[in-house]
Amino acid sequence: MKAYVYVSLKKSVLDPQGKTIQGALKKMGVKGLADVRQGKFFELTLDGGLNRGEAEAEVARIARDVLTNPVIEEFRFSLEE
Amino acid sequence: MTTALDSVITPELIREHGITPDEYEKIKQLLGGREPSLTELGIFSVMWSEHCSYKSSRVHLKRLPTHSRRVLQGPGENAGIIDIGDGWACAFKIESHNHPSFIEPFQGATTGVGGILRDIFTMGARPVAVMDSLRFGPISATKGAQTTQAEIHKNHSILEGVVSGVASYGNCFGVPNLGGETKFEPCYSGNPLVNAFALGLVRKDQIFYAKAAGVGNPVIYVGAKTGRDGIHGATMASEEFSEASEAKRPNVQVGDPFLEKLLLEACLEAMQTGAIVGIQDMGAAGLTCSTCEMGARGKVGVEIEMDRVPQRETGMNAYEIMLSESQERMLLVAQKGREDEVYRVFQKWGLDAVEVGRVIAENTMRVLEHGKVVAEIPNEALTDDAPVYKRPLARWEPPVAREMPENIQLGSSDDFTAQLQQLLASPNICSKRWVWQQYDHMVQTNTVEAPGAGDAGLIRIKGSNRALAMALDGNGRWCYLDPKLGAMHAVAEAARNVACSGATPVGATNCLNFGNPEKPPIMWQFSQTIDGLTKACEELEIPITGGNVSLYNETLGEGIYPTPVLGVVGILEDVHKAVRPDFQTAGQAIVLLRGSEPGDATDAEIEFGSSEYAKEILGALWGYPPELDIEKEAALQKALVELAEAGLAASAHDCSDGGLAVALSESSFVQGIGFKVDIKSAGLPAECLLFAEDASRVVISCDQASLSRIQQLAAKYGLAAEVLGETVSGQIEIKIDGRTVVSTGVEELRNAYEGALETALRTEVGV
Amino acid sequence: MKFGVLIFPGSNCDHDAFWTIQQVAKQPVTFLWHESHDLQNCDAIIVPGGFSYGDYLRTGAIAKFSPVMESVRKFADGGGLVLGICNGFQILCESGLLPGALTRNVGLKYVCKPVHVRVENNDTPFTNACRVGDVLTIPIGHMDGNYFCDDSTLAELKRDQRIIFRYATPSGEITEDANPNGSLENIAGICSPGRNVLGMMPHPERASESELGGTDGFRIFESLVGAMAAR
Repeated sequence: MKAYVYVSLKKSVLDPQGKTIQGALKKMGVKGLADVRQGKFFELTLDGGLNRGEAEAEVARIARDVLTNPVIEEFRFSLEE
Repeated sequence: MTTALDSVITPELIREHGITPDEYEKIKQLLGGREPSLTELGIFSVMWSEHCSYKSSRVHLKRLPTHSRRVLQGPGENAGIIDIGDGWACAFKIESHNHPSFIEPFQGATTGVGGILRDIFTMGARPVAVMDSLRFGPISATKGAQTTQAEIHKNHSILEGVVSGVASYGNCFGVPNLGGETKFEPCYSGNPLVNAFALGLVRKDQIFYAKAAGVGNPVIYVGAKTGRDGIHGATMASEEFSEASEAKRPNVQVGDPFLEKLLLEACLEAMQTGAIVGIQDMGAAGLTCSTCEMGARGKVGVEIEMDRVPQRETGMNAYEIMLSESQERMLLVAQKGREDEVYRVFQKWGLDAVEVGRVIAENTMRVLEHGKVVAEIPNEALTDDAPVYKRPLARWEPPVAREMPENIQLGSSDDFTAQLQQLLASPNICSKRWVWQQYDHMVQTNTVEAPGAGDAGLIRIKGSNRALAMALDGNGRWCYLDPKLGAMHAVAEAARNVACSGATPVGATNCLNFGNPEKPPIMWQFSQTIDGLTKACEELEIPITGGNVSLYNETLGEGIYPTPVLGVVGILEDVHKAVRPDFQTAGQAIVLLRGSEPGDATDAEIEFGSSEYAKEILGALWGYPPELDIEKEAALQKALVELAEAGLAASAHDCSDGGLAVALSESSFVQGIGFKVDIKSAGLPAECLLFAEDASRVVISCDQASLSRIQQLAAKYGLAAEVLGETVSGQIEIKIDGRTVVSTGVEELRNAYEGALETALRTEVGV
Repeated sequence: MKFGVLIFPGSNCDHDAFWTIQQVAKQPVTFLWHESHDLQNCDAIIVPGGFSYGDYLRTGAIAKFSPVMESVRKFADGGGLVLGICNGFQILCESGLLPGALTRNVGLKYVCKPVHVRVENNDTPFTNACRVGDVLTIPIGHMDGNYFCDDSTLAELKRDQRIIFRYATPSGEITEDANPNGSLENIAGICSPGRNVLGMMPHPERASESELGGTDGFRIFESLVGAMAAR
């Protein structure tokens, strides 16, 4: 089973990387763009010893305790068989 | 033992491996008449590549002076080593990473820094400083140059990538970056130069060598696992670039500075156990190079088993494992029976350490895969017996006028304030703050002279009174106009920069960046350069203890300027006597110490064509580099050391790019102390007086009371010491024969100087 | 009275802090390895600069799980003195010993240069040798020094006078130009409610000897030594 975890800065936190990319895109003349936020993506490969429910709980714990800093970041994830 | 040395070699395969038909015949002969296996062909191709074998340059490099009473280790090891007294020695070297940095600037630069750091700590030395010499194509429209917007874009992103790569690696590793040089010329547009220098300290009795010894001793692999990265990196660095080169991107290795830091600590700690016999890093040509070179140096053999090599990817074969250039790996030989002491240290630092083979009596490199021999090559065949070419030379003249073009008129203006400001803001002269502020230049708390203000970087040696000064210099444009003279200037300037701080230059390392050596004019440039380096190093008594040659710096047949870069290291006996480059207080005398005689107006005009002023303000290039009297230069440098020792100079700053007016201005920026000077024209046009780049000149400032002693000292060394004027608060004024030609404030010029690079980069958002 | 300097595998200012304490402050000092719980009866702990465990995920993200940090947390809870410098500040925030987080610099680049910081509160064990309003010149060297916290935390920090250093001009004004990394309210250093834990981005050990260009940073070590003697 694979888990895909997406980590991004909370909306209330300034994202200088996203802002810079947005600025560059604007200079390139890209149209219809309102905002860019940058984040991190993690691909976890699980060893198959967990059922779906257990896997969800474990991935959530990893994401909350290690992959994010709750002061500035939030996460979501998906599981794939 | 079974063998699997069956050959499937086709002429096609030989060509793809960059091996000529003659070389292939030689391979067969060295293998006792048999055809090589594919793994062996791969091994020969990397070891016989220009990058590893120096086959075109070796005959010339032999001419360089490499000895002095201080040299403990000259060329041939991972780095040169100089005795610096009190039981201490310093290991240093410069190396190029040009080709990888063009293909993938960030990773190319990180692995360049990583490689040179490993060269230092593999000798037992803890790296205490790095510097870089960087050259790029223009990042803004330049007068007289045909650089397209697309090229400017590309150059900009290469600069961004290289600088952040250097920063990311060195900062994490924890070694201060003392600066170096960043230059721009159109010829580097398709071929940037990234030359990384590192220096480390080691106790004289604790130096380690890359030598295998003791038949039966275990050969241990430590550090990162082996992946498919960088396979054939060494052969890539030995070819010209074509448009297809960009497709080679996957070949580029990725650096991991944290792992390197662990490797550093673990290696130095493991060396302390006394259980390590020899150690070498796996750089270009990875496991292949370390295996055969360690065997060859120790006159023994090394046998390794592929199945034991830690692997990051699955399904790798012997060919891939032997040729991989995965970073952050080392090979070491330990004393049999004491392996556990070594393993314990690497385990403490969380690193792989695996016995992959053993030392054997035959002077041979033997590779086993699944119990079968897949390569068995005499060490000499890969090292001493590698091809050496005496490539043809052809005298060459650059396609530039030697006389000043008729449309150029010097001496027609009477105010040069605007030109000075423009020159200070030009890419080659302006502050490189944007670059070095991204580098941690203070970690280890030894940095006495940080990058930026100084001519040289200066670090103290903790626990001693001494300090080490170091500088990197080169001038490709001058070498293009006259390779021999240009090379002499590179040595003279790097050494002069070191001497300005008060240190005695004691050793040098060189990085020789050239085009395709198969072209006789390029080989002539190379040979001339070696002659120039030899002459200057001999006269200045600075041995060259190692370095690196980078050839094939060409894209689509367009070569770079011949660009030797010199790194010179000097010893300052008392760190408290270090001389600063900047004016310290108002009311001090300003003296121009010079070894060179001002030439007549015709000479001055011819030499002026090689200056930054000609390039930036006039958009032209002509003539020759300035004349250099190397004996006077030696005298000047000795005088600088004595001045510092006697505490006579408040500041000393080399006159180089941009000439006297730029040197005076730069001296004023750090503290905001300006100057009022009056120069005697002696019949020369104002441009030459202000901006000509005559050699062997240093601007010093001193107490008025010290003037007579300074003049006595100058006379003793046969130098001129002309009092130009004095330091003042905040103002800048230059007169020629009493007539004002520059008048402005320190602040105005400083803003132009400091903000120029940032401005050029900001107007151009990298895409 | 003994100082302890933590060593994580990627620490690279550990020896610098050690040197300053031993050679300049002339105090007893020992290294504390990250895998050990034993703080060896130290009276003050320095969490030094560097890249703890490579800091590829986030600065200090892995360090907070180390055995030594578990002991440091207990030590701090009991009122022990803890100084986090640069990466040490980042680790202290990640570990929850200090509030807020240090995010990527607004300029997106690593910045190494001397900066000016104004002392906001001298009633701490780390600043008692300074006066309020003193402007100290101390170098920074970081990529992630942009201090952030939510509004209520900020209000609390202000109310309790726990903002200890702010980036300022040489004359002590708090301006946007003086802010090298985009930190909220120019915050360069904060302390815990008990004032026994301080985190700061500037490196005082890099400004503790005149050979290196200045000694303003030494005032922090001087303060600590004074506070330890008084305890």
